[in-house]
Amino acid sequence: MTKKLTIALAGNPNSGKTTLFNAITGARQHIANYPGVTVEKKSGRVIHQGYDIEVVDLPGTYSLTAYSMEEIVARDFLVKERPDLVVDIVDASNLDRNLYLTMQFKELGVPLLIALNMMDEAASRGIAIDLEALSRMLGVAVVPTVARSNQGIGDLLNKVVELAEKPKEWNPGILSYGRDVDQSLQDIETVIRRSRTYDKNYSPGWLALKCLEGDRQILSLIQSDEAASREIEAIRTKVYKHTMNTLEEEPEGIIADHRYGFIAGITKKAVKRKIESRLNVSDRIDKVLTNRIVGPLVMLAILYVIYEFTFWATKTPVEFMENFFGGVRQVVAGFLPEGNLRSLIVSGIIDGVGGVLGFVPLIMFMFLAIAVLEDSGYMARIAFMLDRVLRWFGLHGNSVMALLIGGGISGGCAVPGIMATRTLRDPKERIATLLVVPFMNCGAKLPIFGMLTAAFFSTDQARMLFAFTLLSWGFALLAAKLIRSTVLKGPTTPFVMELPPYRMPTIRGLLIHAWERTWQYMKKAGTIILGVSIVLWAMMTFPGLSREESKRFENERLRMKANFLALPEVRGQVRNESALADLDKFFSEYRKGAKKDPSSLKKLADQPLWPVVQETLALIEGPREPGKREHSALPLASAYAEYRQKGMEISNRQNEAALQNTVAGRLGRLLERVTGAIGFDYRINVALMGGFVAKEVIVSTLGTAYSLGSVDAGESSLVSGKLRRDPRWTPLRAFTLILFTMLYVPCFATLVVIRKESSLKWVGFSVAFNLVVAYAISFAVYQGGKALGFGV
Amino acid sequence: MKKIIRMREMADNQAGTIKKVSATGEMGRRLREMGLVPDTPIQIQGRAPLKDPVAIKVRDFVLTLRNREADNILVEVEPSEP
Repeated sequence: MTKKLTIALAGNPNSGKTTLFNAITGARQHIANYPGVTVEKKSGRVIHQGYDIEVVDLPGTYSLTAYSMEEIVARDFLVKERPDLVVDIVDASNLDRNLYLTMQFKELGVPLLIALNMMDEAASRGIAIDLEALSRMLGVAVVPTVARSNQGIGDLLNKVVELAEKPKEWNPGILSYGRDVDQSLQDIETVIRRSRTYDKNYSPGWLALKCLEGDRQILSLIQSDEAASREIEAIRTKVYKHTMNTLEEEPEGIIADHRYGFIAGITKKAVKRKIESRLNVSDRIDKVLTNRIVGPLVMLAILYVIYEFTFWATKTPVEFMENFFGGVRQVVAGFLPEGNLRSLIVSGIIDGVGGVLGFVPLIMFMFLAIAVLEDSGYMARIAFMLDRVLRWFGLHGNSVMALLIGGGISGGCAVPGIMATRTLRDPKERIATLLVVPFMNCGAKLPIFGMLTAAFFSTDQARMLFAFTLLSWGFALLAAKLIRSTVLKGPTTPFVMELPPYRMPTIRGLLIHAWERTWQYMKKAGTIILGVSIVLWAMMTFPGLSREESKRFENERLRMKANFLALPEVRGQVRNESALADLDKFFSEYRKGAKKDPSSLKKLADQPLWPVVQETLALIEGPREPGKREHSALPLASAYAEYRQKGMEISNRQNEAALQNTVAGRLGRLLERVTGAIGFDYRINVALMGGFVAKEVIVSTLGTAYSLGSVDAGESSLVSGKLRRDPRWTPLRAFTLILFTMLYVPCFATLVVIRKESSLKWVGFSVAFNLVVAYAISFAVYQGGKALGFGV
Repeated sequence: MKKIIRMREMADNQAGTIKKVSATGEMGRRLREMGLVPDTPIQIQGRAPLKDPVAIKVRDFVLTLRNREADNILVEVEPSEP
């Protein structure tokens, strides 16, 4: 029989808590949210010495007050769930500040064990800690660990089991905070003990302490007992006046001073320092990397390298994924009979879901690079260097991470980007950041940008793509400024942030980090995208053409066939309809072979119509092997080529007519009244409706709308060539469409996340605001460009 | 004679000892929980490109705060040479 245990991991941010959690639980992790709040709850399991231990990773905090969501969540978990043991991870190289949290665990009285982590870093900085003395003075068992190299994990678990076997009473240890404060604490405690409403989960001494610290959560807990609440308020006011008069310090400050005083007393005895060189390695790196002139240059260089690297490294895997889904498409299409079912599965589901999954390699590499920035400590430096700039736009230094994940370097995803806004404390700054993340150039927008720049700006495509990255930053920051000076007016919050020492990231940490975010991206493909693709497919398919109209196109086709067979140059060689069908089959086989594997054509060479087919393809697509022409086959070949072009033209007209008649087509036509002013016809409108599901599908929808039959996301070159030749398309129109795509509504998956991270109200705002911004900018650019004669 | 100045006025690399943290409420708490309490030695580590925020070394780590927040902290420093 295994016995069950629950332990909570707690500690400062950057104390190696997550690394220790990963080292203990390995891959057996479960991520959820604490009920009602957007704080992540990570838990995992480990079996040790016959115990089945559930490990809960509490959010990293510096303190246990009720100012931030994380602190409230951590505290509530401890008090309400009563874990068997709290493992407090203490960074040995930064002992004072880490013990400040330890003191508060002692005040609360939880059963405690200290994992003294980063012993190697402490040693390298010449800090020697007497573990025995530290443990004795704190009254808590201490186990030394180096989580990043798995040292001490076994010892730690042994100690966990050993302590868990003893009875575990909560043992609140309130310190002395000086005569005045102690007296008031006692007075408040008496009031609380008398009060009938007091919550037995907390010790009265601790409640008194929190009352004096002005803890809103605890004060509101007592409010139900009005008499007690009034008495406590009187005591608080009295001691506040007194300490302000005598010590010029509020009681909360005096309490903090005494905690730090107590810690100083301990470290004086338990810690020995060798004379350390004034600057450690990390400080010396910072002398360069946060230098006022060199720092920003290095930062831009690093971001640029990431940009180049991800695209270089993911070119092959992205192509592979595209080919893979192209293959799946073909296989499925081969199995199913032509009709609505095939259309649903191929054009609806495979294109929708495949379009999203095809970008997984790109997204994964981008997140891996961002994880390196984060885990190495460099992300905090970026926030530090950019804080002043971002503050001007009403954002916070820490907003930069959400923007980078959302596609700030080009190729991220707004879904994990919006999740990353959780690190922002102030709700206004957080919502403002969350609303502008969708302006970033996420991976899904890149195919449409790539396709349009290839078609219209092919000479400086790379420079254009880079310019679009800068433009998206510009728009995002200006939009943030607008939002923060209107609907979300308010001061900026303090930027009191630790710059953690530079550390070499662990492979495991990076992979877990990158995978978590990639998974958030992939999940959207399986759930939301799947559902909405089906709806969208139906909108773009039904009601379709009426029976009479279909018949009209069918008749036209029959007439064309008869005319072709009646031609003098055809009559002798293609005798009847079945021979024509054979020729069609042979031709498509030949074309496929010529494209994929020219050597496979050899086995077709003995067919009698071989030269005709070869010449036809040369006429349609341009000759492949110059010089080797079969002149005798030319008359039939040119007639056949013309016949094929005519057939294609009929299909195009039929598709176009069908699309115009569908729900999406009609809606698109209706919208032309508005979008006409920015140069969009109903086809573009339909494609943009598709982009609402996932921006990945804009290219393929545009392909369908421009009657290319069905187009793979990977065959964007086909769409690109078609649009270039289309007289309705101008560089100005392409440029306007790029801007519009960059700015208009967040995709459906993003809206779902915005809903989760804020409220329905902000979802509505986001849709409306982005549409208005996108339209206004597109209008100015399109009309301005037309008036000035740019790119028309 | 030592003198007391605001943290914002300190030069890069200048060291000193915190005398008083005048912030109250959430700001006061944020500063104190990071170890900025009276009698703590600190040193200016550097400033961001636009001279704000400032990075300081306190206890065994590097902390950044904006000038507006640094204004709440009075530091005792050696008088600088003229």
